[in-house]
Amino acid sequence: MSPRSATALPRLESAGLDGWMVRLFDTIDEANLPWITALLQRCESAFGTALVDLVPSYTTLLVVFDPVQLSPFEAQQTITTLLTGLTPEGGTSTSQIHELPTYYHASVGPDLERVAEHTGLSVADVIACHSQKTYRVFALGFAPGFAFMGLTDPRLECPRLDTPRKKVPVGSVAIAARQTAAYPTATPGGWNLLGRTSARLFDREREGFSLLNVGDQVRFAPVSRDAFERDGGDTTPMEAAQ
Amino acid sequence: MTPQSATDIAIRVRRAGPLALLQDRGRFGVRHLGVTQGGPADLYSWAWANHLAGNPWGSASLEVTFGGLQLVAERDLEIAIAGADLGATLEGKPVPLWQRVHWPEGQTLAFGTPASGLRAYLSVHGGFAAPPAMGSVACVAREQLGGFDGYGRKLADDDQLRIFTPTTPATQGLTEAPGHARPDFREPPQLDLLPGAQIAEFTGRSLFDAFNAWWRVDDRADRMGVRLTGPRLQCQIRSLISEGINLGGVQVPPDGQPIVLLNDRQTIGGYPRLGSLSPLAASRLAQCLPGQEVRLVAHSSEAVLREYRAFLAGFNA
Repeated sequence: MSPRSATALPRLESAGLDGWMVRLFDTIDEANLPWITALLQRCESAFGTALVDLVPSYTTLLVVFDPVQLSPFEAQQTITTLLTGLTPEGGTSTSQIHELPTYYHASVGPDLERVAEHTGLSVADVIACHSQKTYRVFALGFAPGFAFMGLTDPRLECPRLDTPRKKVPVGSVAIAARQTAAYPTATPGGWNLLGRTSARLFDREREGFSLLNVGDQVRFAPVSRDAFERDGGDTTPMEAAQ
Repeated sequence: MTPQSATDIAIRVRRAGPLALLQDRGRFGVRHLGVTQGGPADLYSWAWANHLAGNPWGSASLEVTFGGLQLVAERDLEIAIAGADLGATLEGKPVPLWQRVHWPEGQTLAFGTPASGLRAYLSVHGGFAAPPAMGSVACVAREQLGGFDGYGRKLADDDQLRIFTPTTPATQGLTEAPGHARPDFREPPQLDLLPGAQIAEFTGRSLFDAFNAWWRVDDRADRMGVRLTGPRLQCQIRSLISEGINLGGVQVPPDGQPIVLLNDRQTIGGYPRLGSLSPLAASRLAQCLPGQEVRLVAHSSEAVLREYRAFLAGFNA
C-alpha cells in the first residue's frame, strides 16, 4: 500500500494539531481488520514515547501523538513510511476468540419477540441465527469496552428502537442493523435486546481493561438460566431493572 | 507525585454546587477501549492555576462550572484560582484571580455566579489527592471513572477532600500571572481551526459561511461538546462510518449546525467534520457562555504549533 492521490486510499487527513486520520478503506468489511491492526502495531513501535492514543475503527485508524515531540509534518512522514509495504497481520490466528455465555430469554431479552416479528423468524430461529455465527470486533466506542461486532446474518437485520431505553442493564446482548454488541455497563441504549451475558466485559482492575479488542473474534454461546446464574449473571427482569 | 506521598484531609465541602469536577491532565492510552479523554475543558486556565499554586504540570485541580461551590479550609492552605470569574469570595471578601492566595483554616471559600467565563480552576498547593482510575483522577461520571472516590461520583455536601503534603515550600515560583496572560472571556473569541477531515465535501457557500459568519454558542453545551448555531452548513456527506474523533473536532450533523467536541466526547463518531480547533481554541470555547458569539478562523498548523509549544514550555510540560 502507498498513498497515491488526494482521493486514493489509503490517505491521511488532518485530525488537528496532534492527530492524523488514516483512511484505509471506504466500506465495512471484516477483511479490513488485519490491515488496520497491522498498521496499529507498526505505529506502536515507530512512534514510541511520542504516541498518545491509537483509535482503530471500521475503516480508519486515528493516530494521536505528542505535538511537543513531533510536528504534524513529522508524524505524517512516519505514517506514510509505515503504510509503504504494509501487509495484513497474520489472519485469524493472532486474534483472540472469545465465547460469551449468553442467556437468551424474553425476561432479559425483551426485544426477542419484536425481532422475530420484524424478521419473520421464530424466536428459536432468532437465537440460533445470532449464536451460530462468529463475529469480528470492528470498533470500541460509545462507552468503555462497548464493542461493535458484525456482521450478523442478513436475515437478522433489524432497525434500532425508535426511542432508546434510558437504562440498558449490564451484560445485555443486542443487535441493530447488521451489528451486535454486549453492554459492558448500564447505559442508555437503542439496540434490540436478545439476552444477557455473564461475561465481564469491562474491568478497570484487569490488565488491558476490556475483554474485547478491535479485531477479536466473538461467539455468543447459549446457556441455561442456571448456568447463567452460576456464572454470576444478573437475571433481574428487564421491567424490574428499569 | 507518588502514591506513597502523604495525604491529609484539608478541605470540607459545605455546598457542592451544580458542577465541580476533579481534573488532572486526563486519561490517555485507553481511547481505543472507548474510554474518553477527560481532563480540564480549559487547559490554559488549569495550567495557570496549578503553576501559581506551586504545583507541577499534571496536578489535579477542581474545575468549578457556573459557581455555587462552598468549601471550608480544615487547615491553612495556599491556593490559586484561574479561569472564569465566578465571584469567588473568602469570608465574603472577593478573592483575586490569577494569583497565589493564602486561605486560612476555618475560612469559607464561596463561588458565586459567572461574571466572566464559565469554568474556574481551583488549585491547592500540593495538589488534590484521589485514587487514580486507569491512570488518571479526571472525573467522568458517565464512565464511572475518576473523581475523589475513583468511581466518578459527583462532589456532595460534607465531602472531605484530601491533598498531597507539599514537597516544596509554597513560596517558590511565580505568584501572579502577568496581565497579558489573563484572557478577557467577555471578548468574542477568534477560534483557530485547522482544516481537515471532510472539509472538501462542504459546499463553497458553506465554507464561506463557516469562516465569515458569527457563530452563537448554544445552550446545548457541556464537557462532551458545544453546539454552535448560525448559517446552515451543507456537506455532500450526511454521515460517515464511525471513526475516531480528536479533541476540538468540528462535526456537522445533517441539521448543518456544528458541534465542537470537547474532553468528554465519545471516542468515535460518524458525522463529517470541517477540521479541528487548536487545543488552546478548544480551551477558549469552553469558557463561553450560551449566547456568546465566536468566529472560526482557518489556520495553518505551523503557527498553531508554535503557540502551543510555547504555552507548554512555559509550564515545564
